[in-house]
Amino acid sequence: MARYTFQRFVYMVITLFIIATLTFFLMKLLPGSPLQNQEKLTPEQKALILKEYGLDKPVPVQYIQYLGNLLKGDLGVSFQYDNRPVTELISDRIGPSAQLGFQAIVFGTIVGLILGIVAAIRHNHWEDYTATVIAVLGASIPSFVLGGFLQYFIAVKLQWLPVAFWEGFKYTILPTLALSVGVIASIARFMRTEMLEVLSSDYILTARAKGISQAGVIMKHAIRNSLIPVITILGPMTVNLMTGTLVIEKLFAVPGLGEQFVRSIELNDYPVIMGTTLFYSALLILAVFIVDVLYGVVDPRIRLAGGKK
Amino acid sequence: MEKILQVNDLHISFDIHAGEVQAVRGVTFDLYKGETLAIVGESGSGKSVTSKALMRLLPTPPSRIKQGEILFEGKDLTKLSEKEMQSIRGAKISMIFQDPMTSLNPTMTIGKQIMEAILKHQKLSKDEARKRAIELLQLVGIKNAELRMKQYPHQFSGGMRQRVVIAIALACNPKILIADEPTTALDVTIQAQILELMKDIQKKLGMSIIFITHDLGVVANMADRVAVMYAGKIVEIGTVDEIFYNPKHPYTWGLLASMPSLDHKDTELYSIPGSPPDLLNPPKGDAFAPRNPYALKIDYELEPPMFQVSDTHYAATWLLHEMAPKVEPPAIVRERMERFADIVARKGGKPRG
Ligand SMILES: Nc1ncnc2c1ncn2[C@@H]1O[C@H](COP(=O)(O)OP(=O)(O)OP(=O)(O)O)[C@@H](O)[C@H]1O
Ligand SMILES: [Mg+2]
Repeated sequence: MARYTFQRFVYMVITLFIIATLTFFLMKLLPGSPLQNQEKLTPEQKALILKEYGLDKPVPVQYIQYLGNLLKGDLGVSFQYDNRPVTELISDRIGPSAQLGFQAIVFGTIVGLILGIVAAIRHNHWEDYTATVIAVLGASIPSFVLGGFLQYFIAVKLQWLPVAFWEGFKYTILPTLALSVGVIASIARFMRTEMLEVLSSDYILTARAKGISQAGVIMKHAIRNSLIPVITILGPMTVNLMTGTLVIEKLFAVPGLGEQFVRSIELNDYPVIMGTTLFYSALLILAVFIVDVLYGVVDPRIRLAGGKK
Repeated sequence: MEKILQVNDLHISFDIHAGEVQAVRGVTFDLYKGETLAIVGESGSGKSVTSKALMRLLPTPPSRIKQGEILFEGKDLTKLSEKEMQSIRGAKISMIFQDPMTSLNPTMTIGKQIMEAILKHQKLSKDEARKRAIELLQLVGIKNAELRMKQYPHQFSGGMRQRVVIAIALACNPKILIADEPTTALDVTIQAQILELMKDIQKKLGMSIIFITHDLGVVANMADRVAVMYAGKIVEIGTVDEIFYNPKHPYTWGLLASMPSLDHKDTELYSIPGSPPDLLNPPKGDAFAPRNPYALKIDYELEPPMFQVSDTHYAATWLLHEMAPKVEPPAIVRERMERFADIVARKGGKPRG
């Protein structure tokens, strides 16, 4: 297992390096300059500023500097926000985004798994049909539409929960719900299919032939084996959730990373764009890494094969 | 001999969209203590459905036991609750399946899978159960049992996995072991080892075995008695000698004739012409009649009853009726009958039930 985990870790570092490089060169290819809207500055002043940020040097030199700083955990300083370090900007804003994402994925996964399991156990009964309808609806309604509905009915009409802003746990409920519906839908659908497949497999029959009760068979044999493929979709789902948060943050006026990201793109604030992109990518790759490790934890075939190599 | 299991007039159907599939249509047989009863027959004849029904492992719906009884230790298994059945499964009656590659849980250690069966039925501590599991692994011929306990199925070969499956089935010293084509998925040498193991264990523990197979060679080697199934019915039943030396049903003749023979290296393999009937609409009369070159007119009208040939030998064919024309088995079957004399002679005499 240690060997397998280490292998995955190395992959993670390599991927991060490639993404850092790509981000840097893509940024250089973007049209425009951070100083393009500053008409009051004279060319000399502009040159001075460029020099100060190291933007006058040849691109390869800039690249080496950038990598060096990156290793030190330095993502540069923002052009627009009073020279504040990018890391500080990110850490100021990450809280709400992370909380939203985390709540949505935990809540969505738990509800999705339960729905999927119940649907499979009660295959072709009303519980199954209900779960399927929920899954189809959840997958086809975009999170911002649902967000709008929730705001209108639950916040405006019923006045149970606040419409927007970020002033305590109550404020997180509606955006979390809006975000998690997609998660619920995909997890439920996937889990149902996997459970049905596993329940019809030979080793389930073997377990029943031992005299194990239906509940025991499901708890001890079926769920774990159904989880293996479900874990794989957690990775891509995290991506979905991150892009989803951009919209939801705007809709519910959440002071998160997404809103700041969009603004820095509009203003050509290179360090913030690069920093945030890298940060998002790092999160994503970390998610994939965690999924890989989980995969190994649940499935001995993967864990042990990885160890032998 | 003492009867351990009696199956009387068992009918099992599957309710599907197209209608009722009558998979088992009146199966009757007894199982004696310590014997091996082989059930043979073409694909789809109802062997697996019958054996799963004995353990009530068929999903309901779509399956349903329409009629009949399965008597075991004074109880009718068809009438027991799921809970009562759970205390019989794996404890008194165990089952092993065809494909050892898929019949073990891939994410659970071998040790846990064996201990699960032990702990379910016996009041033992975890440590005692572990000891017992190691003993079982040794019993089925797995070396380094303590180390193997901690391993997962994918670390075992097919033959070794089938040994593990057998160990699980034996966990509680069952009275009856049902083996549904336990060696079909294995290659020939491994197959022979597993069969030896099963015979060996039967000698040690004295349980009865119901052995389902397509392979008449295996039957000759393993069984004391043979039941031949066709289209959801037993059409002939008798001791191995009776079925191989004195078969009466034309379907049994067909099966014997279509056996691949290792020593003769026949280029062309005989196969029974035609195909089994549609069990959604089973035909009137003898279901085998359309494929039977010896069919009589009455075969298309009326189902033959079981005619008694000897105390232990019965066959359901009108050819045994006193008014039927005398028919000899075809030459190829007579040839085969001689060949089996060899196999059975090699196997050595064994008291028959
Ligand atoms: N779930 C099911 N639904 C409908 N029909 C079924 C079902 N299971 C089995 N049957 C039918 O029951 C009949 C007997 O099947 P069974 O599996 O017992 O055959 P078998 O003798 O074991 O064949 P094989 O040698 O291929 O294993 C077949 O006609 C099959 O189509
Ligand atoms: Mg079968």
